Amino acid sequence: MVTGILDYLWLIPGLPLLGVILNGAIALFSERPLLLAEAAHGEEGHGHGDSHGAHPAPAPYRKLVAFIGPATVGAAFVVSLLSVIALAARSPHDRLFVQVLFPWIQAGGFSAPAALQLDPLSSVMILVVTGVGFLIHVYSVGYMSHEKAFARYFVYLNLFTFAMLILVLGSNYLLMFVGWEGVGLCSYLLIGYWYEKKSASDAGKKAFIVNRIGDFGFILGLFLLFWTFGTVNYTEVFAKIPLLSANGVLTTEIATAITLLFFLGATGKSAQIPLYVWLPDAMEGPTPVSALIHAATMVTAGVYMVARSNALYLLSPVSMGVVAAVGAATAIFSATIGITQNDIKRVLAYSTVSQLGYMFLACGVGAFTAGIFHLMTHAFFKALLFLGSGSVIHALSGEQDMRKMGSLKKHLPITFTTMFIATLAIAGIPGLSGFFSKDEILWKAFSSEHGHLVLWAVGALAAGVTAFYMFRLVFLTFFGASRMEPQVEKHVHESPFSMTVPLMLLAVLSVIGGWVGIPEVLGGHNHFEAWLAPVFGHGAAGVHEAAHHPVALELGLMAGSVAVALCGIGLAYYLYRVRTEKPKEIAETVPTLYDVVYNKYYVDEIYDIFIVRKIVDGSVWLWRAFDAAFIDGIVNGIAAAVRGAGDGVRRLQTGVVGNYAFSLLLGAVLIVGYILAR
Amino acid sequence: MEPSAYLLLSGILFGIGVVGVVARKNVLIILMSVEIMLNGVNVAFIAVGSHLGDPTGSVFAFMVMTVAAAEAAVGLAILIAIYRLKETIDVTELSVLKW
Amino acid sequence: MEPILFVLFGAIAVGGAIMVVTRKHPMSSALYLILTLFAVAALFALRQAHFLAAIQVIVYAGAIVVLFIFVIMLVNVPEDKLPVERATVMQVLGVVAAGLLILEGAVLARRFLLPSGTAADAGSVQAVGKALFTDYLLAFEITSVLLLAAVIGAITLAKKKI
Repeated sequence: MVTGILDYLWLIPGLPLLGVILNGAIALFSERPLLLAEAAHGEEGHGHGDSHGAHPAPAPYRKLVAFIGPATVGAAFVVSLLSVIALAARSPHDRLFVQVLFPWIQAGGFSAPAALQLDPLSSVMILVVTGVGFLIHVYSVGYMSHEKAFARYFVYLNLFTFAMLILVLGSNYLLMFVGWEGVGLCSYLLIGYWYEKKSASDAGKKAFIVNRIGDFGFILGLFLLFWTFGTVNYTEVFAKIPLLSANGVLTTEIATAITLLFFLGATGKSAQIPLYVWLPDAMEGPTPVSALIHAATMVTAGVYMVARSNALYLLSPVSMGVVAAVGAATAIFSATIGITQNDIKRVLAYSTVSQLGYMFLACGVGAFTAGIFHLMTHAFFKALLFLGSGSVIHALSGEQDMRKMGSLKKHLPITFTTMFIATLAIAGIPGLSGFFSKDEILWKAFSSEHGHLVLWAVGALAAGVTAFYMFRLVFLTFFGASRMEPQVEKHVHESPFSMTVPLMLLAVLSVIGGWVGIPEVLGGHNHFEAWLAPVFGHGAAGVHEAAHHPVALELGLMAGSVAVALCGIGLAYYLYRVRTEKPKEIAETVPTLYDVVYNKYYVDEIYDIFIVRKIVDGSVWLWRAFDAAFIDGIVNGIAAAVRGAGDGVRRLQTGVVGNYAFSLLLGAVLIVGYILAR
Repeated sequence: MEPSAYLLLSGILFGIGVVGVVARKNVLIILMSVEIMLNGVNVAFIAVGSHLGDPTGSVFAFMVMTVAAAEAAVGLAILIAIYRLKETIDVTELSVLKW
Repeated sequence: MEPILFVLFGAIAVGGAIMVVTRKHPMSSALYLILTLFAVAALFALRQAHFLAAIQVIVYAGAIVVLFIFVIMLVNVPEDKLPVERATVMQVLGVVAAGLLILEGAVLARRFLLPSGTAADAGSVQAVGKALFTDYLLAFEITSVLLLAAVIGAITLAKKKI
């Protein structure tokens, strides 16, 4: 009975799609007329990101949407869970199930069927996406309850879930790309949800455009892949690797090219250097959107893609090095930016970029399992952090600046407790999920044959910085004296159940989520690694490397990273609880350094001057010189030529019969002449 | 005698008629030039018909003559109608269809 | 004998035609037209097409040209009001083009060799009558309809009040 569930694999993306259709119909036929009527009556809208405006009389459709939105994702989660159980019931060698939905593309030798593939890797992804996604949908019901465009939000959120599921369940790179583009689109739609606000619509555009640059790399990689392998289906590509390597078709250079191009796409989607600039701006969107898209799911698409292509990456030491280096650099780079930010969501945004750097660092040193492990644990605690920050913002009537918070511990107990747990997890405190995953990454960065001491050092340093800025966030927000504005303080209240229950569930997951991957040195069985072995087993040589290193070294490094984290926490405690005037003093001592870091190293400004301006100027030139002058000139020129010709030809119409007779005569002469000449 | 001389004559008559149609402005003269053209054609018909011994040539010429009569009648009627309207028989002044 | 008569009547016909086309007063043109038509009738007779020669004189010269003269006198344009026929480009071009056409026609005619036949009686009244009332009966009947239409049309067009 349970094995039969795999025939219903299509329900996993299908149910959110159903949600899109139903909610879409409601949005189009119930909500849109309502909103247009209200706008026509000139009523004051309040779609600017904060709650506690006038409560509109809730229209009946909202209850329906509030049910359909989360329910479809929840049902998809149930199906995912049953499917994964069915998969686990098979023997480890048999854990690959492909369900072909329809042929899609059949062009000569090229075949890309629309098919879903369930294997250990995609099973982890679907559980994370549907599970965390469901909790975020439920949270959104409470968070967005004051919004006018309620149905539109859930349409986009369901659409996003659908696209993400297509991305992770697709059985070939082309279907993955469809999902890839889909999540990019939904990210644009959701970041720009409050599109009347210019900064929000600009952020949406920025996200989409920067992603597009990465997608360009992805597409080129896809072309090169197809040109080399003749197919884009995962199973076929990976099966052909030994053969094509042997007969020289798949050279290291080609593998490097393909993987680097794919990685360019990953830097766009997963916000690594150089294409991370969209993610901090993306905080313009509603907080649940930040939680879902920019913490738990979409940004992890790049990591998934690299992990899925691990066989290709392992062929190219250059690519592995690039991935690891970029990941490590991004981790430390954005962590340093995080320590100076005052907007609570910005801190979390830079934290996300930094943690994604860890995941790529893991993949770059061959520890793909560790990367996916961190992806999963990060989904739990980062989503929790974002949702918690949303709860704080909701409680403070829209205030996001941490300098205007403080002493919220007593006002928002549940939010505080859950966020504190998440902060412990992200800092890598032993026992919690983040510790196991981060530690495995650091260990592999040190010990794997693709690893390096420098990578480990950078990672450990970034871990310390992470602990620092996260605890800074907690101390500024929840502890100390209240720095809130008086009218904000009057309305402070804990969030409703629809918002706090997901927080609590995510807190539980943040604690126990890492227990599936307890490493052997600490006495665990690392079930996670065993589960993912069929996908990463072949060629993940780093797995065996651990046997050559003494246990003491591993434990020692583990203790070292914990010590670094504790140092970070201690420093944060000192600066933000004991000597609270110190941060300002330090900033004043090194004003230029502080400015540079506070302004995100001016990266956006540099991009603007050197890249964006140039492109815009080029466009303007093309518009003026090429389009307006040249092309319009040709079109207008043709029209003028025709008019001129007509002007000349009309003079034949003299109205005098004799002239017409002459033309007949002339014609006759010419025709007879032609006949004679032949 | 072989008909080629007659055919040449026919062509000459036709050509003269065409010149009259093209070059003259008086409508009456134009109509008369048309009659000359038709006569030229008739000469050709008769010449070849009589050479081949086929009455068809004569029959055709007969038809041409009939048509020429009808056409002359109608053409002159139109001329009278126009003259009543426009007081002119100059073809260059009857150029309403001009550009 | 025949060639001499041919040249004679041919010259008269051509000369008359040229005069038709070049006279200023339409009356003169009409009279020259009669001359041309008579010459052509003579040519018909020369080719043993007696029937058609008779018809040419009776119908063409006797009816059509008379009609022309009636109209000329009806319209009665005074001498000074006749259209001024200046020498124009069109005249020269017209002559040139017509000349070309004649030349081409001559060359074309030279290429086609007609089979020779004699049958001297093909143009006699009996032969034509026979052909007209057997092979070409339909055309003959339709011609009568054509003439009816012409009659009605001419009357309608020329009436002062319909």
